[in-house]
Amino acid sequence: MADSHVATHSALAHHFDNMEQQREAGSLGMWIFLLTEIMFFGGAFTAYIVYRNTPEVSEAFVLASNTLDVWLGLINTAVLICSSLTMALAVYYAQTETDSKRLQITFMILTVILGLTFLVIKGFEYADKFTHHHIPGKTYSFPAAGVLESKTQIFFTIYFALTGLHALHMIIGIVILLVIIRMAAKKRFSPEWHAPVELFGLYWHFVDIVWIFLFPLLYLLGFHLHGGAH
Amino acid sequence: MIEATEAKLKQVEPRTHYLNANYGIKSWLLTIDHKRIALLYLASITVFFFLGGAFALMIRLELLTPKGDIMTPDAYNKMFTMHGIVMIFFFLIPAIPAVLGNFLLPLMLGAKDLAFPKINLLSWYVYNLGAIFTLYAIIAGGVDTGWTFYTPLSVNSTSQVTPMAVGIFINGFSSILTGLNFIVTIHTMRAPGLTWFRLPLFVWAHYATSLIQILGTPVLAVTIVLLGIERIFGVGIFNASLGGDPVLFQHLFWFYSHPAVYIMILPAMGVISELIAAFSRKKIFGYSFVAFSSLAIAVYGFLVWGHHMFVSSQSVFAGMVFSFLSYFVAIPSAVKVFNWTATLFKGSISWDTPMLYAFGFIGLFIIGGMTGLYLAALGLDVHVHDTYFVVAHFHYIMVGGAVMAYLGGMHYWWPKITGRMYPEGWAKLSALLVFIGFNLTFFPQFLLGYQGMPRRYHEYADHFQVLNVMSTAGASILGVGYVLPMIYFIWSMRYGPIAKANPWPGSGLEWQTSSPPPTENFEETPTVTWDAYEFTKDNSRRYDVVKQGS
Amino acid sequence: MFLFLLLENWIPFAPEQGSSVAETVDWLYVFLVSLTIFFGVAISLTIFYFAMRYRRRSDDEYPDSIEGSHKLEALWIGIPFAIVMVIFWWGASVYFTVFRQPTDPLDIYVVGKQWMWKFQHPDGQREINELHVPLGRRIKLTMGTEDVIHSLFVPAFRVKADVVPGKLTSIWWEPIKTGKYELYCAEYCGTKHSGMIGYVIVQEPAEYQAWLSGGAGGGSLASNGEKLFSQLACNSCHKTDQSGRGPALEGRFGKSEALQAGGTVTIDENYVRESIVNPRAKIVAGYDPVMPTFQGLVSEEQLLQLIAYIKSLGDKKPGELPGGTATPTTAQPSAAKPAPEQPKPSTPTPAVPNKK
Repeated sequence: MADSHVATHSALAHHFDNMEQQREAGSLGMWIFLLTEIMFFGGAFTAYIVYRNTPEVSEAFVLASNTLDVWLGLINTAVLICSSLTMALAVYYAQTETDSKRLQITFMILTVILGLTFLVIKGFEYADKFTHHHIPGKTYSFPAAGVLESKTQIFFTIYFALTGLHALHMIIGIVILLVIIRMAAKKRFSPEWHAPVELFGLYWHFVDIVWIFLFPLLYLLGFHLHGGAH
Repeated sequence: MIEATEAKLKQVEPRTHYLNANYGIKSWLLTIDHKRIALLYLASITVFFFLGGAFALMIRLELLTPKGDIMTPDAYNKMFTMHGIVMIFFFLIPAIPAVLGNFLLPLMLGAKDLAFPKINLLSWYVYNLGAIFTLYAIIAGGVDTGWTFYTPLSVNSTSQVTPMAVGIFINGFSSILTGLNFIVTIHTMRAPGLTWFRLPLFVWAHYATSLIQILGTPVLAVTIVLLGIERIFGVGIFNASLGGDPVLFQHLFWFYSHPAVYIMILPAMGVISELIAAFSRKKIFGYSFVAFSSLAIAVYGFLVWGHHMFVSSQSVFAGMVFSFLSYFVAIPSAVKVFNWTATLFKGSISWDTPMLYAFGFIGLFIIGGMTGLYLAALGLDVHVHDTYFVVAHFHYIMVGGAVMAYLGGMHYWWPKITGRMYPEGWAKLSALLVFIGFNLTFFPQFLLGYQGMPRRYHEYADHFQVLNVMSTAGASILGVGYVLPMIYFIWSMRYGPIAKANPWPGSGLEWQTSSPPPTENFEETPTVTWDAYEFTKDNSRRYDVVKQGS
Repeated sequence: MFLFLLLENWIPFAPEQGSSVAETVDWLYVFLVSLTIFFGVAISLTIFYFAMRYRRRSDDEYPDSIEGSHKLEALWIGIPFAIVMVIFWWGASVYFTVFRQPTDPLDIYVVGKQWMWKFQHPDGQREINELHVPLGRRIKLTMGTEDVIHSLFVPAFRVKADVVPGKLTSIWWEPIKTGKYELYCAEYCGTKHSGMIGYVIVQEPAEYQAWLSGGAGGGSLASNGEKLFSQLACNSCHKTDQSGRGPALEGRFGKSEALQAGGTVTIDENYVRESIVNPRAKIVAGYDPVMPTFQGLVSEEQLLQLIAYIKSLGDKKPGELPGGTATPTTAQPSAAKPAPEQPKPSTPTPAVPNKK
């Protein structure tokens, strides 16, 4: 940036030399944070993959996976992808136009609404699991699986662990986004400084990508094998 | 050597530095100055160090005789479990990075602070939040599963596993935040002219450490989450009666916990590089090899976790692969030792306390590292796995390595941290006590292990007693060696001789500012025109020591 | 050398060499100890020599800088690498010796539970925390656990293996002299972990026979397994004449079978165990997955009896009647104390009298 040595911007922290350095540090920090998140989900994914390749347990996985509503999952996938688009647009307007307060806020609010939609649908799915006694624990029952009944619990344990952690990330994200919307309303952002919007955008896309992996693994794998226990 | 000035309580001209910039509890608890946060960490980890040490002494007292005569089996099991948890998660992992790393990284890089000062403060609060849960678990009755939390024992245990797991889970985030902060700082905050290959090796070592912290710790976190689900809901994925696999837990656990031992030793190696260079006034021999060996250890560290499980019913093939890969860690470790030794050649070697710790470190690290070769050898590990041989091996690395380096580093940078010198005679005595006490404590355990005494035994066969008595005797000497520095460090804060800005002299940027440094570290951002470890008269005098009136 | 012997009497450096592999392991250990002493002493002396020879004589000494040398680096990367590869190879070859399945072993079945070891001899003798074995036979232990992970460790034999819930593990050794050897649990297993110890007593074959005839508590393992086999109605599907819904089991043990899902499996202890508790895991080609699971219906000990029975069918041809079971006698072996049993968690009780 040409004007990096110009008199300091109000958002420049005391320990940085210029805005460019601050921005670089911020985005690198966010990327590294996302790397830790990948490892976090990666541990649970590993457990999933191990059991997917364990004889019998994988069969139980197919049976249990087929109780999930693929349509709801599909709608949720679409909802999340749209929310990524709206977030990307919000970031775009924060970057480019000096006077884009209204557009920024509009797209961020859209993102919040889409995020909430996802959570509501997920809530319906969870409720459905609850009524069918598919929550692992003392009340668990899955008579359709016959001798594999106990093993289907492993699937649901991993299902709730992964989708639960994912939903938690969504909830935290929505709370942060509301704070950022408030900042935007106070006209805090400009093309020179809009780090919160930009970094939050990275986080939101990451949460989206996690779902893109979760959906095929939990809902689609073995879907075509419906009823075909060999 | 330093011409130590007489202890004068009043400085020639009072100067503003980070310690006297402002006063009061609030100015400390809300500080975002990395130097003050380092001291906050120092206070926290010191508490846990002595807590863990107390558990260790109880263990050694119990093992003085073959019969369980001091405490019940359950109490003993809780002792070694909490000794492990406290020492590993609350002392060793944060020790050098969170105290010395926090204090020195910005100084060495010529930066005003770490990249994210508020996150740095947050990491200390997260550490303490985890510590509260852990202390609650200890007070509410303790945990008896061993620090490894192997399932199904940890799932069935009626002790305070859940709060303890929550404490470790939370504490992990402080480690992650520290690592993240360091990596970003090293990438973006270097002073003009400070290229990667002009960085002190301490910084390289911390970079490698941070990589492990950010990549490994989250896996432990998710493993703890899964363990928690298993405990709380009674249904989990490590449950054999559901067709699950308890050994999967071991895989996930060691995927973090083996790299974790490199979190403990890599920063220590960084400290030793600084000490060897400063006290022989020579550039580290083969600088780039030592720098990259840190990264190599960090990377290989992620590929060897299965060597903890050679007899855990994993396949012979997996055992072969993990054994083979484990030997690759030996090479960079050996490279470091040889390069440190070569650095001494034709140097100007002083025998100050920090250098004594460095010598001690190298000797103990050779033994600790080479006994790792025994354990990585498949056929031999079948015999020594889960015996005192393993206990001795990792104590040689963690205590003989990491704690020696930590103490050496504390002595070396003490004048920079406090502006005071410590009493050299007492310091030499304590270094000697630590070295002797340590060897007496842990060397017999190698012999015990090969004879077949299993670890985590509350009672043992009579013929193991001689060596156990030696070990306990050593532990009491070691305890004295650890308490001494605590006493004279506190004493020196008030009565120690005033330190110069660059007393040894050292070559890094941290010595190019006053002792103690001002809040912003440097009066003006330094521009670096020299390589790491250039010890010349001009370099050592670069910072105007006249300002200190000495 | 004299000093070494003196020390050896005061502090033994290694446990007794009680098995055929012990010496092999010890040689590797001796090699590594020598290596450690060599490098430890060499480097320490070098450091000490440099520290004395180049000690600082005045405060303004500033030695000339030495950059480093690629030749030396290559040397001290290359030589350690060669050495550790030798160690790796040596360690791996010892491991194979320890873990290769022995031929014609004496099969002993072991159940670990908090905090005791239960041993069952092929002829049905049971022991708690003591194991009598004859000299001159390879002894193979097949081990299961009822609760948490344990690990059976006999220092004198240099063998150890974890006992993991949900599977069977095994170790073997060949004793080379008679005596009483300590046996430990090496994997931390809770409160009385250090009390989960016992002895392996190696006897001359004649002495062992005498000990055996001291009494077999209620039939041989295989015959108990046979009773179970009919009580659990296994024989209604696994008929000897191949007419049942499941494969006939005669002559199958130790053989390789093609699987329904492709690939082959060797019928070993672990496969039989898995087939009883997870019948659908690996189906033999040509059969339907109709077998119910027996998880929770048979205890770990009964599993071992069933395995012993199916193993005894391994030498028979399909259609031949199994026979030759040991005559039960009633006297208890003096070594086996009746064990205090904890009540089991409520599992559906099988219609089988639990022989304890």
